[in-house]
Amino acid sequence: MIIANNLTKKFGKLIALNNVSLACNKGECIALIGPNGSGKTTLIKSILGMVVCDSGFITFNGKNIVHDWKYRSNIGYMPQIGRYPENMTIGQLLAMMKDIRKKPSQELDETLIEQFELHKLMHKRMCTLSGGTRQKVSAALAFLFSPEVLILDEPTAGLDPVATEILKEKIVAEKKKGKLILITSHVLSELDDLVTEVIYMQDGILKFHKSFEDLQAITGQVKLSKAIATVMLSIQLEQKIING
Amino acid sequence: MNKIIKYVIIDILRNKIMLAYTVFLLLISVSIFNLEDNSAKGLLSLLNIILIIIPLVSILFSAIYIYNSAEFLELLVSQPLTRKRIWLSVFAGLAISLMISFLIGAGLPILIYEPTAIGVMMTISGVFLSVIFAAIALLAAVNTRDKAKGIGIAILLWLYFSLLFDGLVLFVLFQFADYPLEKIMIGFTALNPIDLSRILILLKMDLSAMMGYTGAVFKSVFGTNIGTIISLLVLSLWMFIPAWLSLRKFNRKDL
Amino acid sequence: MKKNILLILSLSWGTLLPAKTIRVGKNLTITSVQYAINIAFEGDTIRVTSGRYLEKNILIDKKLFLIGENYPILDGEGKYEIISIKASGVLVEGFKIINSGESSIEDFAGIKIYQSRDVVIRNNILENTFFGIYTQYGTNCTIEKNTLTAHNLKEEQSGNGIHCWKSDSMRIIANTVSGHRDGIYFEFVTNSVIWRNTSFKNLRYGLHFMFSDNDAYITNIFQNNGAGVAVMFSKRVKMFHNYFEENWGDAAYGLLLKEIADSYIENNRFTKNTMGIYMEGASRLLMQKNVFESNGWALKIQASCMDVQLTHNNFIGNTFDVATNGSLVLNNFDNNYWDQYDGYDLNKDHVGDIPYRPISMYSMIIEQNPSAMFLFRSFMTSLMDKTEKVIPTLTPENLKDNFPLMKALPL
Repeated sequence: MIIANNLTKKFGKLIALNNVSLACNKGECIALIGPNGSGKTTLIKSILGMVVCDSGFITFNGKNIVHDWKYRSNIGYMPQIGRYPENMTIGQLLAMMKDIRKKPSQELDETLIEQFELHKLMHKRMCTLSGGTRQKVSAALAFLFSPEVLILDEPTAGLDPVATEILKEKIVAEKKKGKLILITSHVLSELDDLVTEVIYMQDGILKFHKSFEDLQAITGQVKLSKAIATVMLSIQLEQKIING
Repeated sequence: MNKIIKYVIIDILRNKIMLAYTVFLLLISVSIFNLEDNSAKGLLSLLNIILIIIPLVSILFSAIYIYNSAEFLELLVSQPLTRKRIWLSVFAGLAISLMISFLIGAGLPILIYEPTAIGVMMTISGVFLSVIFAAIALLAAVNTRDKAKGIGIAILLWLYFSLLFDGLVLFVLFQFADYPLEKIMIGFTALNPIDLSRILILLKMDLSAMMGYTGAVFKSVFGTNIGTIISLLVLSLWMFIPAWLSLRKFNRKDL
Repeated sequence: MKKNILLILSLSWGTLLPAKTIRVGKNLTITSVQYAINIAFEGDTIRVTSGRYLEKNILIDKKLFLIGENYPILDGEGKYEIISIKASGVLVEGFKIINSGESSIEDFAGIKIYQSRDVVIRNNILENTFFGIYTQYGTNCTIEKNTLTAHNLKEEQSGNGIHCWKSDSMRIIANTVSGHRDGIYFEFVTNSVIWRNTSFKNLRYGLHFMFSDNDAYITNIFQNNGAGVAVMFSKRVKMFHNYFEENWGDAAYGLLLKEIADSYIENNRFTKNTMGIYMEGASRLLMQKNVFESNGWALKIQASCMDVQLTHNNFIGNTFDVATNGSLVLNNFDNNYWDQYDGYDLNKDHVGDIPYRPISMYSMIIEQNPSAMFLFRSFMTSLMDKTEKVIPTLTPENLKDNFPLMKALPL
């Protein structure tokens, strides 16, 4: 569904993406993992068209995204930090998004709005909301238009445990509907029940892209965090051998 | 496009700084007209407000708004919208809000108390300057990633247009005092929207003085209908060129 | 002998018998004005009825009263001087005099007085004449209630409205002059008065006044003339109660004073001129109770002026109150009202406690560099002016009103 080919992006001297290629398909739930500054966010932003790569290209459903902006109507994006115009109310923000997306109201998916109990807060201005509430708004927005692809950047950061559970259930539900879900997260334990694929990035390089099952088989670990740790160790070992 | 503009305007008009700005303008202009028994002095104070305060507030407010909206802009970019549409919507929202504030705060009192050619020209200039400096702020903000640096640049730009440029002109005038510079001065006005607005207003306000020396040259150029139309076109260019340059930059910018 | 008696009789007919009246008209026996003049005797009255008379040049060479009824038209057909007066005591009244000749060599006029005295020119309408009413070597003549209109577009092709040269004791009263080169022109005219005239839209000066001493001009209106009013090279001139209005342009002055001495300028109004008064080389002037309102520059006083006493005037709504070109000031500016004064009056004696400096740094800059008009009312120049007020550097130290009035004088 999303195919990236040889993406390279430099910010000054820093190489954020170094020749990254990947393919993501329907029904997958991909965990995008890597240390800070490894290029995860840059990769997501390139997929969303916020960052234009120096070389390489991305196709969405077979179309190059460079000259096409309509593909984004198939994506729901939940940013890492949700900051909205201070004096806009939640209601106005939702109304504006609905205006932009032009989806008929019967196709809207308002389950998260209901479950997060945002209805009561519709008239609240953004500047009066806590970080957690804003995060709920972001999540609700991402799922509102039932898009084919969901891109969630650190979705659980700042959410309370109850809300985290609600969100995870929602992700599972959407995965079952055969949607493509891309998640970045630091808290790997949360991803265990969700993930089907794992992408590991470091220093702008895509180190590996494997299905979770393969990863489990290779490493012999059941838990995602353990499995990743094992892989990382082996990578470091490899590097030492190469360097040494 | 109008959807985003609408929400941007709603957001800005409820902004406390914007409200304070409107009230400030309203207080000043009403008190000038009511307290000053000498209307020439009152108009002069208003002229200074239009030429100094309005560019300053427009450029600062717009720059800060753009920086504070960084994440909002990202969110909009992730939506099925062209960048052009997003950027122009934000620009239009800012420009219209600043215009509304100016018109309520200063434009209406001016047109009520001074419904003359002077008042009309002041109002037109105020509207133009509000929009022009919003456009310049956009250009400054889109080119500078760091917020503090960007706001600093905005202040410097304001300082340049309201003070430094005139200082440079004065320097040139004295360096080349032996040459006839009257015609060249006409060209110089096109390089600074504040100066151009000032001369357009003064041609209505201080007509007697403007008829002397270089003033007569200004009068012969800007005083005619064609001159006025050309001046307003130049002011429009000052709106569109920074806006267009900032759009070009925003289209290719990594967020 | 019989001849002698006849001669005496005919002479006494002219001098002793009561003066007679000759009527001239298109339907009367005498149809020509010149013919009537030729047959008339000293002191006769010639009454001309309405109609259009093409008489070429009319020469009046004896004391006659020439009176028009219902404004008969004397048409010079663009070729001739219409009336030439070469005798004293002549009266010309009630004519419409049009289309005089035009020449760059000769000064053709509607009415010209040659070396005569006690001539009265009254209630005439002059249209499209080169010069209007022209006096040379006239004495004690009255030019009154005439209306002079010309429609020339170029200065070189037009003459003056009322032109007096080398004359004395003239009275120019209640005339209206427009469209000429100079509305009223005085050169070498002494002991004369110009009173209640209106001079407007003339190409050069409303009043042009040179080498003319001991004259007064009072309650005249000078409006919208190409260059305002010029008074030059004269002594002992009195200018009272005149209006100088809307003289706009690079070299337009409400009043231009050049080399004037021992004169009085009182109770005049200078309104909406590019320059209210421009003076150079003026000395011993008393200027009081004048009103300067809405001028570009109320007063431009060059450093060549001395002993000018400027007192009890109102300065209201002028862009610049005073400008000068040097640092030397030998004039007095005390006791005026300046609306731009922002001092205070703590002791409530209606006089400001700190002096007012009517000259701004920026006006000095413009004086040196006119192109600096570009920066007029800009943020930078007002900053400069504010600094200058605290620490004067460029503006003349002693150009100031030590006793500025807090309230405008009722003028």
